[in-house]
Amino acid sequence: MTWYIIRRFLQMIPVFFGATFLVYFLVFSLPGDPIQALFGDRPVNEAVAAQLREQYNLDEPFLVQYFLYLKNLVTFNLGNDFSGRPVAEVLVQIFPVTIRLAILALIFEAVFGIIFGVVAGLRKGKLFDGTVLVASLIVIAIPIFVLGFVMQFVVGVKLGWAKPTVGGDAGWLDLILPAIVLGLVSFAYVLRLTRTSIIENMHADYVRTATAKGLSRQRVVVVHILRNSMIPVVTFLGADLGALMGGAIVTEGIFNVPGVGQRLYQSVLRGEGPTIVSIVSVLVMVYILANLLVDVLYAWLDPRIRYA
Amino acid sequence: MTVINEVNSNEPLLEVRDLAISFTTSTGEVQAVKDAHLTVMPGETVAIVGESGSGKSTTALAAIGLLPGNGRVSGGRITFAGEDLTGASSKRIVELRGSSIGMVPQDPMSNLNPVWKIGFQVRETLKANGLPAGPSDVAKVLAEAGLPDAERRARQFPHEFSGGMRQRALIAIGLSCRPRLLIADEPTSALDVTVQRQILDHLETMTAELGTAVLLITHDLGLAAERARKVVVMYKGRVVESGPAHAILTNPRHPYTKRLVEAAPSLASRRIQSAKAAGIETGELLAPAEASAETADNVIEVSNLTKVFKLRGGFGKTTNFKAVDDVSFAIKRGTTTAVVGESGSGKSTVARMVLNLEDPTSGKIRFDGVDMGSLKGKELLAFRRRVQPIFQDPYGSLDPMYNIFRTIEEPLRVHNIGDKKSREAKVRRLLDQVALPASVMRRFPNELSGGQRQRIAIARALALDPEVVICDEAVSALDVLVQDQILNLLADLQHELGLSYLFITHDLAVVRQIADHVCVMEKGRVVEAGTTDAVFDEPGQEYTRALLAAIPGSSLELPPEVA
Repeated sequence: MTWYIIRRFLQMIPVFFGATFLVYFLVFSLPGDPIQALFGDRPVNEAVAAQLREQYNLDEPFLVQYFLYLKNLVTFNLGNDFSGRPVAEVLVQIFPVTIRLAILALIFEAVFGIIFGVVAGLRKGKLFDGTVLVASLIVIAIPIFVLGFVMQFVVGVKLGWAKPTVGGDAGWLDLILPAIVLGLVSFAYVLRLTRTSIIENMHADYVRTATAKGLSRQRVVVVHILRNSMIPVVTFLGADLGALMGGAIVTEGIFNVPGVGQRLYQSVLRGEGPTIVSIVSVLVMVYILANLLVDVLYAWLDPRIRYA
Repeated sequence: MTVINEVNSNEPLLEVRDLAISFTTSTGEVQAVKDAHLTVMPGETVAIVGESGSGKSTTALAAIGLLPGNGRVSGGRITFAGEDLTGASSKRIVELRGSSIGMVPQDPMSNLNPVWKIGFQVRETLKANGLPAGPSDVAKVLAEAGLPDAERRARQFPHEFSGGMRQRALIAIGLSCRPRLLIADEPTSALDVTVQRQILDHLETMTAELGTAVLLITHDLGLAAERARKVVVMYKGRVVESGPAHAILTNPRHPYTKRLVEAAPSLASRRIQSAKAAGIETGELLAPAEASAETADNVIEVSNLTKVFKLRGGFGKTTNFKAVDDVSFAIKRGTTTAVVGESGSGKSTVARMVLNLEDPTSGKIRFDGVDMGSLKGKELLAFRRRVQPIFQDPYGSLDPMYNIFRTIEEPLRVHNIGDKKSREAKVRRLLDQVALPASVMRRFPNELSGGQRQRIAIARALALDPEVVICDEAVSALDVLVQDQILNLLADLQHELGLSYLFITHDLAVVRQIADHVCVMEKGRVVEAGTTDAVFDEPGQEYTRALLAAIPGSSLELPPEVA
């Protein structure tokens, strides 16, 4: 197991270089001149532009730019964004917000998805099951921005239970509403996955054997059905953590959350190479770590899986 | 065992009267069991025999309220020790489960929860029934069931156990709370014969010692007669015959029981032995191909075949595993050669290599004198035409999305044989050969029974007019009667088309019925080879003797004219 984890960490190295290279290349091939864009409608001051180009190595060929970036990276210098702030500082500011948002969303979808899924699975074909199935299908079918605006309007504006927009200093409480919106679709998936998994396991031979041993219904459900049913759900949640971190662009936009999604979007519009690459690289790392976590959890949930 | 019966009271322990069980399905109510009667006295072993779908498991499971969700007792009574169970509350049933009525399920692979340690699964049984559940109690229960080194074993997970060990653990669980009745639902049908015998012997000793009554459910009449004093035969949800085991075996009254006695492979091989002992000519009892075997040439020659698999270990190390080790044999044209062995003996790997689905590590396979390793491209495609497989699982080997016509026609299309019309004629002819009506062409595999599917698999294999058919456990998944039909079909086809068979099986009883030559494999090596008669009459190896002795029913004393 230890060796397996070490190997997985070693695998992250090529993935990191591959991802940064790819992102750098994509940013480099973006149409338009980022310096030109900086000046907006005003005429370009050639002297300033030249200076900026040199500062951000924009006058160098692609490969040179990439290697200069890597060279700085070794010394933990992530470069500056176009307004002159160190990218490292930007990361420190935006990531905690998004991490908080993702954790809240993950808790929401995991806790409620699993509870509703288990109850629906155990009562297959009953009213509760039917209602939950239809409701989850509706949630999956409606685009996230529609759900977001509706929730913002109803919960935030009409009922006044939460701040409609988050803004500047985003605390845990302020992020609950955006987190629910962010996790809503995954919640529906978790629910359905748990339900199917429970129904499948309810008819497993070992569950019948457990009943024949004289165990109470409650114990059979908790000890023998639940743990086995969690295996596919954990996989989904792990993969989803990565998606929640990077995929919050729409939700962060609606609720004006100063997080990764919003910043990434702005940087793409401005063509800020180093900022985009840094953010994406961190996201890639998060994704890989989340997957590793899933695999470790997997081995714990299912002892048949042993990594060598 | 009879002594114990006499000692106990005359009050029946389990009594089933006029039992009716129905299932609610999408097409309405289906009656699974009708008017079932049976009585189990304290300490007595009673066997219910029947094919799958006969209602034998359903009847037994109803006693401890384990019918599937859509099933219910719609009539009759089940009485346990004087108490009516049909009207009992679910709380009462939970109380009885484990402590009064134990169960040993069929498939040891799927009946232990894979995510919990063996010890945990024993401990919770003891706990739920209010017995002391310390580590020593758990170890004691496991040790009683014949599990060596029980204390260490209790800390392992099911996947670290072999099938036989898992079944011992399940027997330990079933008997751990000293129930008065044990329901054993095909407790060994998923195991190798030698293991099967050990397990059944142990179960018999244990239940005799504890005075536990056993309700043994099995499809094998030979096994039932050997293990039980009383036999109840069920057919299509009804009890068609019941009585003392020996009487049923020697004097079956109901036509179904008669067929069952005739078809049981374990009994068939006994029949041949008995007939021999009585000096009766056995030629016609055996596969019909014997006559032509004398002059035939070898269609397949396997020499020094070895297959090494690399197993991945920790820290990037790999270990070599020799699955097949220096195996040589030959198949004469028009005859049947059987490769016999327990699971893990390498017999299926041999089959895969002969089919050219797996490359040998070393050694040669010659097909009609040509080295198979040298075949490429077109030649390989031509070879595939001449050697066809039939696999074990008729449920898994047919594409569920293909109708029967497409399934059988596909090989013809792949090899560009004939036009649309002639292909359809061919499919009709093939269906006729395997005794199925042409109307099944438009049906899908899930609309056919296991036996019918296996016939389809045979028709598909024969579509390309192969010379060799490789049957990898082709009848193991089938009920005895169906098994018998398929074996007869294969024998007829061999006679008619001059086919050669390579029969891979763990079931020696089947071998006796169909094979001309036998290779016995153990741990990747051929330990014994020869004609079927020679191997069965004078087994030279301890291992072969153990395999033969393990055929259920082999200890039965049967007069030849009856058996």
